[in-house]
Amino acid sequence: MVELKYDSDRKSLAAVIIGEIDHHSAEGMRDKIDEAIYVFKPHKIILDFTSVSFMDSSGIGLIMGRYRTSRYHGGEVFVKVKDERIKKILSLSGIDKLVSIIGGKNEDNK
Amino acid sequence: MKIINEFKLTLDSRSINESFARVAVAAFVSQYDPTTAEIQDIKTAVSEAVTNCIVHAYPDSIGKIYITVKMTDEGLVKIYIRDKGKGIPDIEKALEPLFTTGKEGELSGLGFTVMQSFCDKIKVRSKVCGGTTVALFKKLNLK
Ligand SMILES: Nc1ncnc2c1ncn2[C@@H]1O[C@H](COP(=O)(O)OP(=O)(O)OP(=O)(O)O)[C@@H](O)[C@H]1O
Ligand SMILES: [Mg+2]
Repeated sequence: MVELKYDSDRKSLAAVIIGEIDHHSAEGMRDKIDEAIYVFKPHKIILDFTSVSFMDSSGIGLIMGRYRTSRYHGGEVFVKVKDERIKKILSLSGIDKLVSIIGGKNEDNK
Repeated sequence: MKIINEFKLTLDSRSINESFARVAVAAFVSQYDPTTAEIQDIKTAVSEAVTNCIVHAYPDSIGKIYITVKMTDEGLVKIYIRDKGKGIPDIEKALEPLFTTGKEGELSGLGFTVMQSFCDKIKVRSKVCGGTTVALFKKLNLK
């Protein structure tokens, strides 16, 4: 599930992903986030993974794809994570070179 | 090393079954009191292998996915995920990080890399037009 949050002038979009990300669930998430990106062209897109309970490599695909969609209008992608396992999957991909990874709330009490 | 328990499951290659498959394997393994990290590792690796059957082995049809899980007396979990789909022409290449034949741009080519990093060992056997078997080995630290 994805919850979209905009700031008041709609220049920044936060997509809060809740639950499990696999190939099956990622499809609906992708469509919902892309639609918002196409329509509002936010400068800043925050993909919030702090409420993700499970993720496989489909999560990387979800980030890489949104990186591409945002690049067309020059939007910058940020990924918010706190879970160590998700951080490990992100580091395998090298995606941290394309998007900025920002720590979640529970960063230091793992 | 003796097999002390075994579990088999046959599934349709429908994406809705990805979650069911990893949860079923996790439930079987949970009987042996694994750590949360071990269970998460197993779920992640199973999800990758099952998704590959759905996406790559049977791209335009629904086929069967055969899962076998064996538990040894030393706490080694052996998971076999098999399909009768199109097979992998070059396994070495398929195992390389970021290698993908996915066209839509949503695949990162990291499935096998994730399986390798969350399991102790993986083995892949495949035959073009004959199917693929991925074996995942994970040692539990039995208490
Ligand atoms: N069961 C299978 N049957 C046929 N081909 C497969 C199978 N599993 C993997 N492959 C091939 O191996 C390649 C690499 O697989 P891998 O899981 O590493 O990446 P991916 O599935 O392409 O992307 P990701 O898993 O990151 O979404 C695939 O693109 C596909 O060509
Ligand atoms: Mg894959």
